[in-house]
Amino acid sequence: MNLVKKRKIKNAIALSASVFAAIVGLFWLVFILSSVLIKGASSINLSLFLNDPVPPGIPGGGLRCAFVGQAIITLIATLVGVPIGVLGGTFLAEYGRYKKYSGIISSLADMMTSFPSIVVGVFVYTVMVRPMGHFNGYAGAVALAIIMIPIIVRTTEETLKLIPWELREAAFALGAPYYRVIKDIVFRGAATGLFTGILLSVARVAVETAPLLFTSFNNSFLTLNPNQPMPSLTVTIYQYAMGPYEAWHRLAWGASFVIVLFVLVMSVFGRWIISKRYKNG
Amino acid sequence: MGEVLIKVRNLSFYYGENRVLKDINMDVFKNTVTALIGPSGCGKTTFLRCFNRMHDLYKGNRYEGEIIYNGENILKTQDLIRLRSKIGMVFQRPTPFPMSIFDNVAYGLKLKGIKKKSEIEVIVERSLMEAALWDEVKDKLNSPATSLSGGQQQRLVIARTLAIEPDIILFDEPTSALDPIATAKIEELITHLKDITTVLIVTHNMQQAARISEYTAFMYRGELIEFDKTENIFTNPKEELTEKYITGRFG
Repeated sequence: MNLVKKRKIKNAIALSASVFAAIVGLFWLVFILSSVLIKGASSINLSLFLNDPVPPGIPGGGLRCAFVGQAIITLIATLVGVPIGVLGGTFLAEYGRYKKYSGIISSLADMMTSFPSIVVGVFVYTVMVRPMGHFNGYAGAVALAIIMIPIIVRTTEETLKLIPWELREAAFALGAPYYRVIKDIVFRGAATGLFTGILLSVARVAVETAPLLFTSFNNSFLTLNPNQPMPSLTVTIYQYAMGPYEAWHRLAWGASFVIVLFVLVMSVFGRWIISKRYKNG
Repeated sequence: MGEVLIKVRNLSFYYGENRVLKDINMDVFKNTVTALIGPSGCGKTTFLRCFNRMHDLYKGNRYEGEIIYNGENILKTQDLIRLRSKIGMVFQRPTPFPMSIFDNVAYGLKLKGIKKKSEIEVIVERSLMEAALWDEVKDKLNSPATSLSGGQQQRLVIARTLAIEPDIILFDEPTSALDPIATAKIEELITHLKDITTVLIVTHNMQQAARISEYTAFMYRGELIEFDKTENIFTNPKEELTEKYITGRFG
């Protein structure tokens, strides 16, 4: 009887400790999200999307240039990162499947996914911004692509490995060369998984600030030329939140709101695709 | 005895240092069903996979001896793509590709470079009829192949293989993942297939071998113990080992 009581007490302690830990974790999450949503939503208006920044003291103004710049940088990063990432992952899962160095590359890519992104920024600053002589949007896109590639490499590798090996053998047995097997059978079977991986990696890099600080930097004019310093939402949030003006803070809240919403939508969409996929078997 | 399609001469096969097939000699006769039987691990699937050089996908494998087909040693040929388009294979589990029923059957034709739509349509219909699947799928050719039942999927894979008009189809325990009704359908199909092609089938089920094959090869520990007409193997085997196996005293 005594033993049972002891166990019940231990159980109660363990349970309350884990509930407490969960509450502490959740509290901050809810706190951050709710303040972004509340303060951000109240700063959202059409002017935020349609106007460029105005000098402090003058009313109005928005962050059109930052939205456009962010979109261009993210788009270029995706165009660079996705083909390299998908092909790299394909190599690891297919041609290099049983090679020793594939495992090493795979682990390195894993490490890279949790690499401090500011280091990537400094790296690109050294190899691109310095030689070119000025901050520019291309450098920002390359920095984001570098962060993107290992993520896509790993998700591609994992997704392709889920395609049963027998399917490849069956295609070989019909007389298909390996590149046709990959293109027609493996990619087709893995399409939703690949797409989800790409989607989540785009969401991941779209919220990076540090790598852009050293590369695309910022400016407060609308530019479509990636060979110039380019504004981005994250860097703008960083600078406006640090600034002394109330109007800047409001814009930063608005931009935060948009970016949080963007990531939320992308993640939910990605998860929805995955769940749909598993339902269909 | 009919015309010999494929001659196996002194075939040995090694996984690394491990000799898993030992000096096999056997003939495969045209337009017949030949069954490979034997206890698990006797090398019957390994033997089957020599015919389309499936072992070449993996490192450290080595063949010795000859498998002669069309006057050429299969084991030495460089053009595996052409070889595999003449020697088809159906696997243990159904392997429908992630595409529509029609595209599954048409896939081998596209690999062969056939582009004309009308020609492809004719061959797809004929192949599905030959595989006794046409009536069940003719109204849903554009549905995904994975929507079919296991037995239908296996017949679809057979249709896909038939579409490229192989001289022989290798079956690797094609019914072991299916229920008895689906199995019966596949068995009936296989007995009809010998009118249009030749069948070499690995089966762990002796009754199945007795039901569908004209010739049976009994393998044990990588050796071909006995090869004869199926009725002789099952009623009057020459080797003691064969008799022990078919009477269920081991295996």
